[in-house]
Amino acid sequence: MRKNYGPIYVAPIAFWLIAFLSVPLLITLSYSFMEKGLYGGVELKFSLAAYKSLLNTAVLKVLLNTIVIAVASTAIMVALALPTAYYIARSPVKNLLLMLIIIPFWTNFLIRIYAWIAILGSNGLLNSFLISTGLLDEHIQFLYNRYAIILVIIYTTIPFAIFPLYSTIEKFDFSLIEAAMDLGASKFRALWLVMIPNIRSGITTAILFTFIPTFGNFAVPQLVGGTDSWMLGNLIVRELNITRNWPLASSISVVLTSVTMIGVLFFMRSQSKKEL
Amino acid sequence: MSKPGKFSLGVFLLVTLFLHIPLVILFISSFNSSKSMRWEGFSLKWYHELFYNSQPLWHSFYNSIIIAISSAVTATIIGSLGAIGLCWYNFKMKKAIQTLTFFPIILPEIIIGVSILIFFNKIGLNLSLLTVFLAHVTFNIPFVLMTVMARLEEFDFSIVEAAYDLGASELDMLLRILLPIAMPGIIAGLLLAVTLSLEDFVITFFVAGPGSSTLPLHIFSMIRFGVSPALNALSVVIIVGTALLAWSTKNLYSSLLKR
Repeated sequence: MRKNYGPIYVAPIAFWLIAFLSVPLLITLSYSFMEKGLYGGVELKFSLAAYKSLLNTAVLKVLLNTIVIAVASTAIMVALALPTAYYIARSPVKNLLLMLIIIPFWTNFLIRIYAWIAILGSNGLLNSFLISTGLLDEHIQFLYNRYAIILVIIYTTIPFAIFPLYSTIEKFDFSLIEAAMDLGASKFRALWLVMIPNIRSGITTAILFTFIPTFGNFAVPQLVGGTDSWMLGNLIVRELNITRNWPLASSISVVLTSVTMIGVLFFMRSQSKKEL
Repeated sequence: MSKPGKFSLGVFLLVTLFLHIPLVILFISSFNSSKSMRWEGFSLKWYHELFYNSQPLWHSFYNSIIIAISSAVTATIIGSLGAIGLCWYNFKMKKAIQTLTFFPIILPEIIIGVSILIFFNKIGLNLSLLTVFLAHVTFNIPFVLMTVMARLEEFDFSIVEAAYDLGASELDMLLRILLPIAMPGIIAGLLLAVTLSLEDFVITFFVAGPGSSTLPLHIFSMIRFGVSPALNALSVVIIVGTALLAWSTKNLYSSLLKR
């Protein structure tokens, strides 16, 4: 019997991920149960103060806003991605159309956000256009609100909904639709009752891949959101860098992680059900 | 066969235009001589500004390149070895390690950024290019691992056993069987890691210190200072650069697969 070299190959990855992932996550978890230090950091004393201040109305407002933005953006993205993915999957030039979706993502994430600031800002293209046509008398600020956040999140995230949907629709057997239509179903009814249940796994993947980055988003609300449209990510950064309440920053992180994990578990259950 | 209807064509066109129009606008305004969004004549002055008067931007770009190459190479070595171990061997704790490798992919980036910042603070490591490097290796490892594993899974473990039966040592087997087989996966993983590292903003935002800002961080601070047309020129340069890179690596990759 020769030697099992498996553990040797795996040792570096295990060491690295434990040191720079597991340990940091556990420290963050433990910080959420401690008292806030005077100049940032923590006091090594057990406390539930951080979780109590989560129930503060200001924090709950941010949480509610985060949920509204995440649910609305996810719903709009999936609703737009379904017909888009369907059209691409049924086209004779699939690869070309997929490239058309991918190319805008060749530029930097922040530049994609910036493009919308250049369009919607008070000195932006839309304002110049509306003023020059006389539809508007003075500059309006279209940015720094909840709708701007949703728009830009959709702009930067929608491929994560299109690709999983495309790959399941592409595998779907469309003769089933013909059969349903031969039996008298309208085209819409056939697609809704026959195709949608068959691409369920693609739909769950699309929801998960768009909901997670949206729920934990921080860059988009920071750049195109206002103070009354803050998301949890902005709150974490403020508690970490400005207010320096690290236990509170940690407890918000714990909430964010828990929501994500519940989503992932739900997803894995729906996938394993499908296999049964 | 039924054809996709007008409705799905309409939504597809809407989404495609929605994705492209903002970038076309950036492209056009990068040649606008005015600082505002109103067209006042063709000019290359923002490109001049970008290439000759943007020292801090090029410094951050230099940092980005250093971090991207060093973290991608490190993550590729660690991830490829891990892929060999997880794909072709059985041992205790295998399941636990596999689960651990999913975490950087499914956790929101901000969580990785926050926790690794708290960790560096706890062990007293000052924020610098080193902390950026450590964070980038961490989030790159799982992507390299998945890419290399996808390649290894196409092959049968019996070729490795055959090599042993014919008298190969572990090192022979690694260098003369495994590496050549895994090479397309390793190169794909390396390129993916370089891309992810160049692109990362959120995690870097937490772990970069003074003087170690990367290109995305620099772009972030430029945006916060207000609209600068040099950013329009920069975005055109980035899109063209990425297109050239994608085209040349595609050729490299297909020649590798043919071999």
